[in-house]
Amino acid sequence: MSLKAFHIFFIVMSIALAFGFGVWGTRDYAQSGSVVHLALGVGSFLGSAALAFYGVWFLRKLKDVSYL
Amino acid sequence: MSVVIPYQVEPHPVTGVTSGKLGIWLFLASEVMLFGALFSSYVLLRVGAAVENWPTGVEAGLNVPIGTANTLVLITSSITMVMAWASLKMDNLAAFRRYFGTTIALGLVFLVVKAFEYSDKFGHHIFPATGWPEAGDPSVFYGLYFTLTGLHALHVILGILVNLWLLFFGVALWKTDKERLTGRIEIAGLYWHFVDLVWIFLFPTLYLL
Repeated sequence: MSLKAFHIFFIVMSIALAFGFGVWGTRDYAQSGSVVHLALGVGSFLGSAALAFYGVWFLRKLKDVSYL
Repeated sequence: MSVVIPYQVEPHPVTGVTSGKLGIWLFLASEVMLFGALFSSYVLLRVGAAVENWPTGVEAGLNVPIGTANTLVLITSSITMVMAWASLKMDNLAAFRRYFGTTIALGLVFLVVKAFEYSDKFGHHIFPATGWPEAGDPSVFYGLYFTLTGLHALHVILGILVNLWLLFFGVALWKTDKERLTGRIEIAGLYWHFVDLVWIFLFPTLYLL
């Protein structure tokens, strides 16, 4: 597996983390009222979207590089 | 007598990858076992512990905003690392130096923030053997926190040292064998990505759950 393939896997895992953290932040706000955690959660949702866009851009940029 | 390691640039006909890439994946497989054993220990100890003796990260005083910032730093460093490798693929040494230097700087930022976190814990008399909620209680949360994050930080330090060597000395290979240097940077990038991936699992496990 090349760095290109591992990087794509890493970005997918980062998107999952960012989305999960967003869920955690909003749920924590509902339970504890922590505005800081709500802000982090919302920022994390936005971050997961940004990472998804980056992933697509990365795939296009390195389309000629092998996955092996 | 000098020994030339075969298949440093062209793939081995049997494995389909270079010797270096095969070597780093074997090493990373052993690292998966090391961190996997520690994560398994965490899960078993947490499942077996009394609820009152196992805090969430927030209850234990871990700073979620700082942990989030450090996560962002490591994700960004992986992006700059892959960009450094892509720059060499595109024959752009100046861009490689910029991206690779940024990767090293971000690794150092991560360590400095981690050092502040540790310092804060020690300042509150929290050490690996400290229990929870009281210092003498039989909780091993902090023991696992310091073991997992400490081992991870050691891996970051090792990655930074290797990357520094590549940036200041290994890069001389560019003049004589571009493909070999690109292969070495890819191998360093695979290791760096693995270390960052470990943190992607550590952060929610220790700070959020």
